[in-house]
Order: sequence, then C-alpha cells, then structure tokens
Amino acid sequence: MAEYKVLVVDDEAGIRMGTRRILQNFKVDYPFMDEHIEFVILEAGTGEDAIEIIDRDMPDIILLDNKLPGIQGIEVLEYVKKKLYDIVVVMITSYASLELAVKATRDGAYDFIPKPFTPQELRSSLENITKQLFLKRMTQKMNKEGKQIRFQFLSVLSHELKAPLNAIEGYLKIMDERQFGDNIHAYQEMINRSLDRITGMRSLIMDLLDLTKIESGSPVQNFQPTDITAIARLSLDTMRPYAIQKDVDIYLNTKESVIMEADSKEIEIILNNLISNAVKYNKQGGRVDIFIKQEKGNIKITVIDSGIGMTDEEKSRLFQDFVRIKNQKTRNITGSGLGLSILKKIVEMYHGEIEVQSVPDQGTTFTITLPQDKQ
Amino acid sequence: MKKTILIVDDDMDYLFQMKLKVEQFGFDTITADGQKEAEMIIESVKPDLAILDLMMESDDSGFILAYRIKRKYPDVPIIIATAVTAETGMSFDTTSDESQQWIKADLFLDKGIRADQLQREINKLLKI
Ligand SMILES: Nc1ncnc2c1ncn2[C@@H]1O[C@H](COP(=O)(O)OP(=O)(O)OP(=O)(O)O)[C@@H](O)[C@H]1O
Repeated sequence: MAEYKVLVVDDEAGIRMGTRRILQNFKVDYPFMDEHIEFVILEAGTGEDAIEIIDRDMPDIILLDNKLPGIQGIEVLEYVKKKLYDIVVVMITSYASLELAVKATRDGAYDFIPKPFTPQELRSSLENITKQLFLKRMTQKMNKEGKQIRFQFLSVLSHELKAPLNAIEGYLKIMDERQFGDNIHAYQEMINRSLDRITGMRSLIMDLLDLTKIESGSPVQNFQPTDITAIARLSLDTMRPYAIQKDVDIYLNTKESVIMEADSKEIEIILNNLISNAVKYNKQGGRVDIFIKQEKGNIKITVIDSGIGMTDEEKSRLFQDFVRIKNQKTRNITGSGLGLSILKKIVEMYHGEIEVQSVPDQGTTFTITLPQDKQ
Repeated sequence: MKKTILIVDDDMDYLFQMKLKVEQFGFDTITADGQKEAEMIIESVKPDLAILDLMMESDDSGFILAYRIKRKYPDVPIIIATAVTAETGMSFDTTSDESQQWIKADLFLDKGIRADQLQREINKLLKI
C-alpha cells in the first residue's frame, strides 16, 4: 500500500472536514500498479498556512480553493510552480474570469473541480490525478534507470496519429455512403486529401524511426571520414523532384569536398531535414542556397531559403517535439513537427550548435556548426 | 429561414467534414480555420450557433474564442469539440454556474461523435 498526501486548502472548516470524510476510505487501484493508493489528508485554512505545510510536509496533491482570506489560491499555485515542486494542484473554485482560468492552467493547475462538488466528483477527479501522478513518477523513475518510456510523448503521438486516421475515415465514410453520387470524379479532392494525410503520416513514422535510432540507449554510431558536400549533393538530388513541383530552385554553392569524422547517416538526417524544410516552407519561384564550410576547427552547414520565414515567438518553439507552426501560410503543408527536434538531438551528440535567423515573408537561414574533433 | 452555424477548426479535413454534416442537417455554415479568422468573422456576422475546436493557434484558442463570442453575442450557444478529454484525462463540466462563469461553452463534445448525436445536440441548443 502506498499513501499520497492530499493538502486541502479552504477557509471553510466544513469543507475541509467534508473532504476528509469523502476521502477517508477511498482507495485507487490501477492495472499498472501492484498496489493500491490511499490518502492522508492535511488541512490549511489560509494560503499562508498552506505554504508552510507545503514546505514542511511536501504533499503530493493540493486541492486548492482560490478565494482565501489572505493571499489567494492562485498565488499558492505560483509558489508551487516557482519552487518546481512535484505537486499536482487542483483548483476548487468558482472562477471570476477566463483570464484566471487560463493563467491557472499556464501555471500548472492540473484540473478544476467546480464548487460545490459532489463526493463522486471529488473522488473521480482524485482518481484521475492519482493515476496521472503515478504514471509520471514511474516515468521519471524509469528515465533515471535509463529506460526510454515517455508517456507524455506517447500521448501526443497517439493524438498526431489519430488526427489523420480520423480525416481519412471521414472521407471513406462519405464515399461509402455515396454522398456525392456514383461518379468517382466527385470524390477526387477527398481522395487527394486522404493521400496527403497518408503522406504526412508516413513521414511521421519515418521521423519516429530516426528518433528511436537516436534515443535507443547506445546509438550505433559509425564514424568515418565523411564528405559533407557529397551528402549534401545526394540529399539535394532526393529533394529535387519535390522542389520542381514547388517551383523552388536549390543551389549547392560549395563544390569542393569538406571532410569530417562523422556518421554519414546522421549527417544525412541533418541535411535532409534542413533542405526539405527550406523547400517546403518556401514560396513559388523561391530559392534555397546551401553552403558547406570549414573554419577554425568547425564544419559549418548553412541553408538559406527565401521562404515564408517565421516570427521570433514561432522561432522559440521550433525545436520541441511535434511543434508545427500554425498559420495561414503553413496550413496546407504536411509534416510531423519532429524533424527539427531530431536534428537538434543529433547536433547535440556532436556537441555542435544551431543558429536560426528568420524574417517573416523573407526567409530563414539555418546554420549548423559541428566541431571537427569532438569530445 | 435557415439557421447559420459557425465552424472553426484548424484541421482542414475535419472542417470540411463537419461543414458537410452540418449542411446535411439543413443548416447554413460559415467556416474559419483558426481563432484569428473566426474573430474577424464575428465582427460582422452573428451566427446562430458556433462549433469550435479547442487547440488551434494555441492550446486554449477555443476557450478564448468562446469568451469573445459570448461577450459579443451572449445568446449564441457554443459547442467545443475536442479530442483532448480522452487523452489528457482533463475533465470539464459545463453545467454548473461556477464553471459557466469561466468556460464560456454550453457543451463539450468528443470529436468522434456520431452524426445523429451531433444533430440532436445542435437541435437541443437551438431549441428546435
Ligand atoms: N525553413 C523554414 N522556414 C519557415 N518555417 C520553418 C522552416 N523550417 C521549419 N519551419 C517551421 O518549423 C516547424 C517545425 O519543423 P519540423 O521540421 O520540426 O517539422 P515539420 O516540417 O512539420 O515536419 P517534418 O519533420 O515532417 O519535416 C514547421 O512546422 C515549420 O512551421
């Protein structure tokens, strides 16, 4: 049996008592858990008391009322966030505004329970939280032990895989019911869209394979003197059919060989990603310029495009898993949002650096610097 | 006169399929592919009902849009269609007064909802 400490913060003693009763004999079981979890209740009548108890007893879960006599609940939430405590906070409150709710979510509030709540509402919310917390801690433990299980990642992944499936299923149903008559031509656009979504899904799966190669404990790196220019040429050739369709010209401005000790597969992933993005996020009649240089013990790979560019805010999110910039200009472009996060992981393995310069509507320059002799 | 439903989603396929369904129920539709476009539309058009995706430009676009729509047109019912509930375990309740004060939606629906259920919910909100 395990115990989670639940801190109830409410200025009404009656609510604190009630909560204690509701949770007294409550246990949570979970198929993943060998044991069940019970709850120990701690109480605080004010935000100030709550902070004292948090520092002293380190609860696992806080049920937090926002309206308190002294400092407000949201300030307690901010405190927990600032201290980076591993505590799940549930706001129990009547919200004055959307702004507060959004702020609370940003500050890491996990859930909201409206007040007054029924015993059943409280229990089922606590059950969810307990499972979530358990999974999170198990994940952390496994990560420490070097096991690469990432629930967070998997749940986003399942969402990313489900969206195209839903779209394709929707179109197939429309066709199945012959909603636009018996002529196949009436469905051409739906067929095209389905094929596009399949392409997107395939690229996601390919990216995932790259990612598992990088992340599976000891990557089998095969270091050899590698000609970066030759790989760039190869990558350019693979991308050319796509570039022609998009009416984008690609130029490899370096002719001479630039050699470094590297795993050619990894360099290929870097170049493929940069060049394919430079083509994908370009404009009709646009161009892509590639430079490979050797300077001061570093290899510099520069890919310049004359494409749609991005804002500083968009730039800051670029390298996160599954991040795709959503705006008018990117809405018809498919992708997994994994490419650059993979690239970043590889560049880090080489102790290299990535620099991005971008101006909306003018273009983007990616510069990768890899030290030639890596330790 | 036909009622007009505003549909907002950044997945163009979902948007198209939802538009098709809603038109088959006998409504007119206006579509927008994000919070920004929808905000522009409501400046000049008052829909009879709105169906919004939750995560668009940002994770809470649907909430913010719902808030703006309700501020301009308090009587327009709003449905938030989301795939998140199942995945995050986030539970929302839209019936209590307290949550209605901050989540300005009349109903949360799972994106996978069947067409006939969707039609029933829309009719209920439009009182037809
Ligand atoms: N050269 C570029 N110009 C403008 N935007 C870019 C450029 N490269 C990347 N981006 C933006 O960064 C986001 C993340 O790129 P990333 O390569 O990780 O994913 P993706 O292109 O969506 O998918 P894939 O991994 O299949 O290439 C893209 O969605 C795009 O909006």
